Amino acid sequence: MEDKPITDQLVTSADWEPLVVAFFCNWCTYTAADLAGVSRMGYDHNVRVIRVMCSGRVDPQFVLDAFAHGADGVLIGGCHPGDCHYVEGNYKTLRRYHLLKRVLRDLGIEEGRLRLEWIAASEGEKVAKTINEMVEQVRALGPLRLTRRFKEWDAELASHEAEAQSEEVATHA
Amino acid sequence: MEPPAKYLYYPGCSLKATGVAYEESLLTTLRLLEIPVEELSDWNCCGATAYMSVSEASATLLALRNLALAHQAGTKDVLAPCSACYLTLRKSHELATHYPEAAKDVERFLEQAGLPRPDSVRVRHPLEVLYTDVGIQRLRELTVRRLQGVRMASYYGCQAVRPYGEVDDPHEPVRMDEVLRAVGVETVDYPLKTKCCGGSLTGTIHEVGLRLNYILLKEAQRKGAQAIVTICPLCQFNLDAYQREIRKQTGEPIDMPVLYLTQVIGWALGGGFRELGLHRAISGRKLIEQWFTVKKEAETYV
Amino acid sequence: MSERNGEVRIGVYICHCGVNIAATVDVRAVAEYAATLPGVVVARDYKYMCSDPGQEMIQQDIRDHQLNRVVVAACSPSLHERTFRNAVERAGLNPFFFQMVNIREHDSWVHSDREAATEKAKDLVRAAVMRVYFHKPLERRRVPVNPDVLVVGGGIAGIHAALTVANSGKRVYLVEREPTIGGHMAQFDKTFPTLDCAACILTPKMSAVKEHPNITLWTYSEVVSVDGSVGDYRVVVKRKPRYVREDLCVGCLQCIEACVFKEAKFDDEFNLGLSKRKPIYIPFPQATPKVVVIDPEACIQLRTGKCKKACLEACAERGAIDFEQKETYEEIHVGSIIIATGFQTFDPRRMPQYGYGKYPNVYTTLEVERLVNASGPTGGQVVTRDGRVPESVGIILCVGSRDERTNRWCSRVCCMTSLKLAHLIKEHTGAEVFIFYIDMRAAGKGYEEFYQRVLNEGVHFVRGRVAEITDWAMDPSEEGKLIARVEDTNTGFVRRIPLDMVVLAVGLEPQFDALNVQRLFGIGCSMDGFFLERHPKLAPSPTYTDGIFIAGVCQGPKDIPDSVMQAGYAAAEAIALADTGFFELEPNTAYIIAEECSGCKTCIPLCPYQAITFNEEKKKAFVNEVLCKGCGTCVAACPSGSIKQNLFEDEEIFSEIEGVLAYA
Repeated sequence: MEDKPITDQLVTSADWEPLVVAFFCNWCTYTAADLAGVSRMGYDHNVRVIRVMCSGRVDPQFVLDAFAHGADGVLIGGCHPGDCHYVEGNYKTLRRYHLLKRVLRDLGIEEGRLRLEWIAASEGEKVAKTINEMVEQVRALGPLRLTRRFKEWDAELASHEAEAQSEEVATHA
Repeated sequence: MEPPAKYLYYPGCSLKATGVAYEESLLTTLRLLEIPVEELSDWNCCGATAYMSVSEASATLLALRNLALAHQAGTKDVLAPCSACYLTLRKSHELATHYPEAAKDVERFLEQAGLPRPDSVRVRHPLEVLYTDVGIQRLRELTVRRLQGVRMASYYGCQAVRPYGEVDDPHEPVRMDEVLRAVGVETVDYPLKTKCCGGSLTGTIHEVGLRLNYILLKEAQRKGAQAIVTICPLCQFNLDAYQREIRKQTGEPIDMPVLYLTQVIGWALGGGFRELGLHRAISGRKLIEQWFTVKKEAETYV
Repeated sequence: MSERNGEVRIGVYICHCGVNIAATVDVRAVAEYAATLPGVVVARDYKYMCSDPGQEMIQQDIRDHQLNRVVVAACSPSLHERTFRNAVERAGLNPFFFQMVNIREHDSWVHSDREAATEKAKDLVRAAVMRVYFHKPLERRRVPVNPDVLVVGGGIAGIHAALTVANSGKRVYLVEREPTIGGHMAQFDKTFPTLDCAACILTPKMSAVKEHPNITLWTYSEVVSVDGSVGDYRVVVKRKPRYVREDLCVGCLQCIEACVFKEAKFDDEFNLGLSKRKPIYIPFPQATPKVVVIDPEACIQLRTGKCKKACLEACAERGAIDFEQKETYEEIHVGSIIIATGFQTFDPRRMPQYGYGKYPNVYTTLEVERLVNASGPTGGQVVTRDGRVPESVGIILCVGSRDERTNRWCSRVCCMTSLKLAHLIKEHTGAEVFIFYIDMRAAGKGYEEFYQRVLNEGVHFVRGRVAEITDWAMDPSEEGKLIARVEDTNTGFVRRIPLDMVVLAVGLEPQFDALNVQRLFGIGCSMDGFFLERHPKLAPSPTYTDGIFIAGVCQGPKDIPDSVMQAGYAAAEAIALADTGFFELEPNTAYIIAEECSGCKTCIPLCPYQAITFNEEKKKAFVNEVLCKGCGTCVAACPSGSIKQNLFEDEEIFSEIEGVLAYA
């Protein structure tokens, strides 16, 4: 099989817009995003926030699942070190984040598609800035479109199987 | 911030004419500090403040052409000793990088001229280089002649610190004093550090310009300074050139050296009288000769 | 999924929030879209979902359409999740069959492209619909509430809160960092706009604190650790040694008299260094408790151990002085905490153009409060540092406030403080007084009237931001004066006004260690560094941490009446919590499916609350739901997927992820 990056030349349709899924902890980053709203700090709309109580709840599977279902980037937001509402959940997140980055590298998913950021409840501006940066970065990386890749792989696999079967039929005949 | 490997020197018109002593002393000082510097080739007029008020867009482009050339030459730090040049270049850079509307035009025009966007270029002032890149500690170490017992007033003029405050604090600039003290000079508390030198008024509404000169000189004298140290060629010229006229008009015995910072520092580092352009001074020549020629070995550098 | 949960019937409600959402999001389109989603029986949009008719609409639909799931797309869940859960519950549904979608703070308020904002709202609603499918009925958890209350900070806000709570019969611990309570208010001379003396109205409250049987007062003490949560906070307080036994000292002050330092030579903190004190001192005559304190940095005995200890002799009879005193730690249990840690004034050295610290006759408003005070360092004489009675005084407003270079906020009290000081200075000295202002802000009962009064007294108001204070005299009339250079924007002239005394109306800002306090108590800060309230309008004292309330200037600049009101409000919240006797917690705890647990113990060290234990016999882990706080860290870590979290079940989050991405 050819060993090329999975985003390579897949889609270059002009209307493609990046989509970032963000997991924000309830106490710091989600509140900061609320603050950004109250302060009317505009930011890129290509982000969908999912609230969890603590960034420590972000199972690596959530991130992989988001990529698998079509996210082009995943952002995790937690409290600053020392500020975690649950004492040290964010440290666990940090550890997982580094391991997860390795896994992503092995899967051929660019590191820039995953970002962990500490954003305190007061840092509405940082929410806007981080989201904008993330969307821009993902835009520059281009579409990931794992869903479509999966379908193509499935189709490829199916055609190989069909081929093998027909060959089998042919040999038996 | 790491000091850059090399500086590109943008002289502007003053340093090749009325302010030639500034160029001489700056290049000598940098040589003594072993800082590589090279003149930007094919530089053009910065446009100064006058062009900005006629056509901001054209003036910005005029200034940016210089930065684009620097970018092309592969050097990040452009050294602009004249305060008017410094401010015009710095302001143009700001417009091109922080104001998307302006940046669009800039990009279009630069493209027509086949020049790159000078985003990564930094506009620097010699005081910033001495204070930040070289540092007080190193200046102290490299000092070979200390100007002991000489009291000077450091004077910035209006353009070097405002509005960006990168050269020094816009409200209470102190770096020039620190640099001067590093080589043994005593500095006085001078409250008019950033007040107007008269600018081009000395040429247009002469009596107003003179009045402004007088205020600066008089206050320096009142605070006990024996000389004024500047970092702007126009300030230096205004304060230096009209003292005889002021003496005549006011009857007050004002005859005060008005020096470039680089002349004082260059001398402390071992520079010679003529290579620092000290022979070009108009006012306070007696003091200048007394301070800067006592040691014969100075001549060996010439 | 339908086998597990029966037939799912979802109602979706899109709120307009007036025009807050509807102006940017096509709410009708979102509702129409929601109606097409699987399981959705009814989808509506309405002007104000949180209003009574809005809630009634949901309840009616639950009854009419036999809804068993509800999704509301409106503001942030931190605002109205509880409102809607209660509404759902009143209609007979379990309140946790509900999901809230934030299309205001996270959508309409941050985007301007209507089409994109509408698409985003649809995505978020779809995710919630897919998520709510998996919701389960849950029981609210209740924890008992210890009725005792801790108040941190003994300024006017802390004092008022402590007295209010104590008067309701609850035990109060009042912890103050300084040797006395009273805070900044004790330093003020008179209070605006009534000009009654600050000490006269404050000191009775200070003594009331000291006398109150329900108040335990710990001054010269600091909270060093906070554990637990609402209903049961375990707090450790460090009591710094004052080298004087509080139980024995009667405040006769003979020890101060006797001290080997005959001259007071150390800066007096209470008078901001305008006067001196001895190493053994009392901050001010009405200090509460009236107990002396020894400054270990200044005391010869404490520094070198070689003093003849005249103070000890003077107190021989009572023996209150104790050089061996060490710091002690007290642990207390309280159900709620009121934080009233106050503010610090802006350091005007950060604006060198005003010459504070360089020209001796430049003062801050707080320093002038001490100068005009009859018991202050000059006995109420307004004189400059060189002993002259000023003939002209300039007060500069907004020093460190309303300025992008320093603090952007309005400090709210400086206009009125300056009017008051202008009046007092004029009264004391007859000087010409100039007030340099940007805008005069005199909103408050009797404030505008006071402004008019001061105007009529002949104080000069110059509208303009002072460029600099300089001693550079332009002509002989300015010699020896400080000159304010200012553009008078009412006349359009740049003026030079010679002054004998300059007063900087310094703004209020968070305490230097506000960040530490914020971390210690696990509360938030707003962007300006003041502590963050739960809601700026409707919950300005509760914080995001249940059972912790904030009062006074630590929440944001305010004057004395506003601080007192907020303190009363915080006290009422604490009393209500104590009287209820319990607190309802989110039922978002973790639990373990024992059959699936492999006994790997990965989860055990992850829990900061030691809520997970391992049963060696069964080789399984168990979550103690009473201790679990619901962060979900163990859930994410469990390799066998046997730990679940209520309200944040894997399938709930997975369907939310798939929901927001369904179009991709």
